[in-house]
Amino acid sequence: MIDKIRDLDRSRVNALHSVADRWRALPKWQRGLGFVAFVVFLYYLPLLGIPGLTWLRTDSISGGSNWAGVLFTCAVYVLVAIGLNVVIGLAGLLDLGYIGFFAIGAYAVALFGSVNSPVVKWFQAEFDLPATWAVTWAVCAFIALVLALISGVILGWPTLRLRGDYLAIVTLGFGEIIRIVARNAEGVTRGPQGIAAIPGPEGPPSPDNQVFGLIDVKPWYWLAITVVLIMVFAVRRLEHSRVGRSWLAIREDEDAAAVMGVYPFKFKLWAFAIGAALGGFAGFLFASRYAFIDPTQFNVNLSILFVAMVVVGGSGNMVGVSVGAVLLAYLPERFREIADYRWLAFGLAMVLVMILRPQGLIPSRRRARELKDRAAEAEEAPAHV
Amino acid sequence: MRRSYSRALGTAALAAVLVAAAGCQDTGSSGDDAASGDCGGKIAIFGAFSGDNAGLVLPSLNGAKLAIKKHNDANADCQIEMVEFDTQGDPAQATPVANQVAGDASFLGVIGGHFSGESDATMPVYEAAGLVMVAPSATRTDLTQKGNKSFFRVVGNDGTQAGAVATYLKSQNAARVFLIDDASAYGAGITAELTKNLGATVAASDKIQERQSQFEATISKIKAANADFVFYGGYTREAAPLVRQMRAAGVQAKFIGPDGLYDPAFPAGASGGAEGSIITCPCLPADKAGGTFTADYQAAYGQAPGSYGAEGFDAAQIFVDAFKDGKKSRAEILEYVKAYDKQGVSKYIKFAENGDVDPSRVVIWSYEIKGTAFEPLQELKLS
Amino acid sequence: MNFDDLFGHIGQHTVDGLSKGAIYALIALGYTLVYGVLRLINFAHSEVFMVGTFAVLGLWTAFGVENNPPIGQAILFLVLGLIVAAVASGGTALALERIAYRPLRRKNAPPLIFLITAIGLSLVLVEIFGLVLPKLLGEAVPSMFGRARIILGMPTIIEQKTLFTVLGTSITNIQLIVFVAAVAMMALLDWFINRTRYGRGVRAVAQNPETAALMGVNQERVIMLIFVLGGIMAGAAALLWSMRFGFTQSSIGFVLGLKAFTAAVLGGIGNLRGALLGGLFLGIVEVYGATLFASNWEDVIAFVVLVVVLMFRPTGILGESLGRARA
Repeated sequence: MIDKIRDLDRSRVNALHSVADRWRALPKWQRGLGFVAFVVFLYYLPLLGIPGLTWLRTDSISGGSNWAGVLFTCAVYVLVAIGLNVVIGLAGLLDLGYIGFFAIGAYAVALFGSVNSPVVKWFQAEFDLPATWAVTWAVCAFIALVLALISGVILGWPTLRLRGDYLAIVTLGFGEIIRIVARNAEGVTRGPQGIAAIPGPEGPPSPDNQVFGLIDVKPWYWLAITVVLIMVFAVRRLEHSRVGRSWLAIREDEDAAAVMGVYPFKFKLWAFAIGAALGGFAGFLFASRYAFIDPTQFNVNLSILFVAMVVVGGSGNMVGVSVGAVLLAYLPERFREIADYRWLAFGLAMVLVMILRPQGLIPSRRRARELKDRAAEAEEAPAHV
Repeated sequence: MRRSYSRALGTAALAAVLVAAAGCQDTGSSGDDAASGDCGGKIAIFGAFSGDNAGLVLPSLNGAKLAIKKHNDANADCQIEMVEFDTQGDPAQATPVANQVAGDASFLGVIGGHFSGESDATMPVYEAAGLVMVAPSATRTDLTQKGNKSFFRVVGNDGTQAGAVATYLKSQNAARVFLIDDASAYGAGITAELTKNLGATVAASDKIQERQSQFEATISKIKAANADFVFYGGYTREAAPLVRQMRAAGVQAKFIGPDGLYDPAFPAGASGGAEGSIITCPCLPADKAGGTFTADYQAAYGQAPGSYGAEGFDAAQIFVDAFKDGKKSRAEILEYVKAYDKQGVSKYIKFAENGDVDPSRVVIWSYEIKGTAFEPLQELKLS
Repeated sequence: MNFDDLFGHIGQHTVDGLSKGAIYALIALGYTLVYGVLRLINFAHSEVFMVGTFAVLGLWTAFGVENNPPIGQAILFLVLGLIVAAVASGGTALALERIAYRPLRRKNAPPLIFLITAIGLSLVLVEIFGLVLPKLLGEAVPSMFGRARIILGMPTIIEQKTLFTVLGTSITNIQLIVFVAAVAMMALLDWFINRTRYGRGVRAVAQNPETAALMGVNQERVIMLIFVLGGIMAGAAALLWSMRFGFTQSSIGFVLGLKAFTAAVLGGIGNLRGALLGGLFLGIVEVYGATLFASNWEDVIAFVVLVVVLMFRPTGILGESLGRARA
């Protein structure tokens, strides 16, 4: 049984590699065209009506969720995975509390942008502003980004000197602290009641909005996928920059990197802060789309799910982590029939993928090589016989 | 050379197909089978039907199913379809569901939400679509204070129940009440209302957190406050170990909880520790409930209707009545629900202007736990 | 901020905290043992504990134990419970090692992979006990699986009584049993690791796996041993838990595991005495914090203390050393 899966997986990987090789062999203009076609397809997805593919839609089953709505979730999770990939995949730091940054981004737009929030009410009372006043959406985006970035630095500064495993528990604690504070600080966040009427690009949610209305989710998906594409491009540039190469050096051998003049702490902090900002921005999108958040949405389980997306997809590879994110967000929605067994299936899948393919479903080439090296070392070492 | 040519052709063809497909129509949802017959139609029910909180919500789903099934069995020419949408109680899952239901014209009404958070998140969406929501168990007070025109609930809100608890405590001459809540939307909400109601008799209070198991600090606070009554706002998971550890530590104060603890798992989970606790619930005792609901439920599901089973039934019954009355559009049904005026299983149902069930009609009973049973004590007057 | 309560009853709060922390400490041992030897976080250890509580519940249900049985019976059921829980937890830990961790170790996979695998295993175990078994057996043994997702009560095996009161600080029989039993189990483990032949093997592998192999230590057997030992400690914790709190549920492990892991890190992960110290320290800090503020700040306080301790002592209070001479 296991062997069969292994064989199947091997042929799948070979097919994947040959596709990748052929892709690389194509002339540049064809690759460009293919890329454009793919992007067009992404934008077309919420309308998906190609005969033979409609079964992919989550609303093709009874009790299924809105298709564009699920796609939006996928897009936000992809954004999260890309951000977390900077931290885990590129810099090699295990962050189990990524949800904290996500929550900070979400609460930033909620606290400053919603007329419902105590913070906005305080501003109104203090500065004699009208009852409809709140910080505009675009400014909230900036606040979310900056707050997440700052909290990344604040968390990273004392903790990044810790060794990897300690970092894991400290970040996990950080994620919990953010959630518990959001729940307990009722005077600021309305506690467990949550905050409603969080604005979108057109201001607070209202049936009068032209584009980002209450019922149709497609514009939200298009907005999210646009952000994702921009971020993919940006992170890609970063990955191939001097900073990206430094991360790689640190991940592979921190001491050697330090000897070569790459100051690990500085670059780790960079990775942490950039990852945090991306997570915060994802949280910002999440909150403005749902127009309502409460602390229960930012629990540890989701945080662990984020890490799972990155690792199952193939940490270090942007395509891999995106696929991981889409799978983990999409599959439970599409296969609601097994609703009760979702988590069981999910757990089993995680274990299986890790045992059979520790490098993830679509590994980065370099990462796969690193793992192979480790496996080879293991075989040489007599202690592991 | 030829291979690369064919590949280029393939790429171009693929791109062409994709661009062409982009022009295709959105065919996923079908919205044309709204009124197949003269009578009947389709409604949606959403809530946490799986996951950790399912135990609280499934009785309501079962109750609603029972009402629909009863109707469908009796009226072959007037079939009602109820589609279940599982949200796991998560607002982020409930919102896409709301988008789906709102965008599918064949849905004429919604039962839900079951939790206040998911209700708060989806109310504007359903309102914009002109869909009526009938909530069986979303009790947060401010849900009906937002000016939403399509939200109704067949359950008393936290305020009414807190009022009833206060009445009970006053009738028992409680002098020193210790308040505990679980910092959840439900528990904290009801406890905050109770704090307002009780005034000076509140001796002290503490907040615990969900999934907490050890309560040393809380118990020593109860002891220090020398309380004669302990009120806990929250659910079974934390209440059962809390009351048991209280008793083991020798705290004699009477334990009172709201309908979140009207749950057979509470006395069972506390293994005798919950003996003598008082539970208030806006639900009628089985022998007082109208009709054969309790017996029917027992027969269909092999257990007594837990919390909100009757409310689920009532919520569905409203739609059943609407369809029977020949209502066939969202607007007609919304008007029908607004004017609904009838005896239900859980209480007499008639909605106030804001969507709350008429406060004077809410019936709250107190129950005492004896063994693993909830023995009805008395009806609590709201004041 | 309730300083009066905290300092007025400081002795009582300390006793409460110690008895709370003793259970953390026992579970923390499992994390520490595995980490000390393999340098891996066995995230699924919390579920090893959960299985132990279900074993105790199963045993007591099978014998139809009632509340407050006569003392002879109580002792019998406690001893039997310890055996059953130790076997169940030890067996689960061993099974996890054989099924999931061994293939990964063969590939020398990085720690992150172990972590994700462990999280997956954890999910699987929780779902088996919360969903699969109730569906299969829920009707046959409702008292054991009927409401595994919500909460399952167990009989009170020993009635809680105040033994003595010193300076306004009362100590109950249960607190004493829990504390003494936990410390005794740990002393036993400490003795086993530091004084026996098997223990020497464990220390050798912890210090240097390659040299240990050259010296003829069977590494595989050592690894199996530490998983079983950690499981037995979790089983003991499960029994003490069942005696003291008398309930379980499928998701009981998560929060406790998190706390126990925090305790292990606080004390210095990989260090047995550190686990004890960390557990007790965490228990006390939590009770103090909950008294000072409210119980819903407990976790925040626990994690803030963790961060502060790690800032000043990056390897925990006692540092890491299962083999004492770890570089």
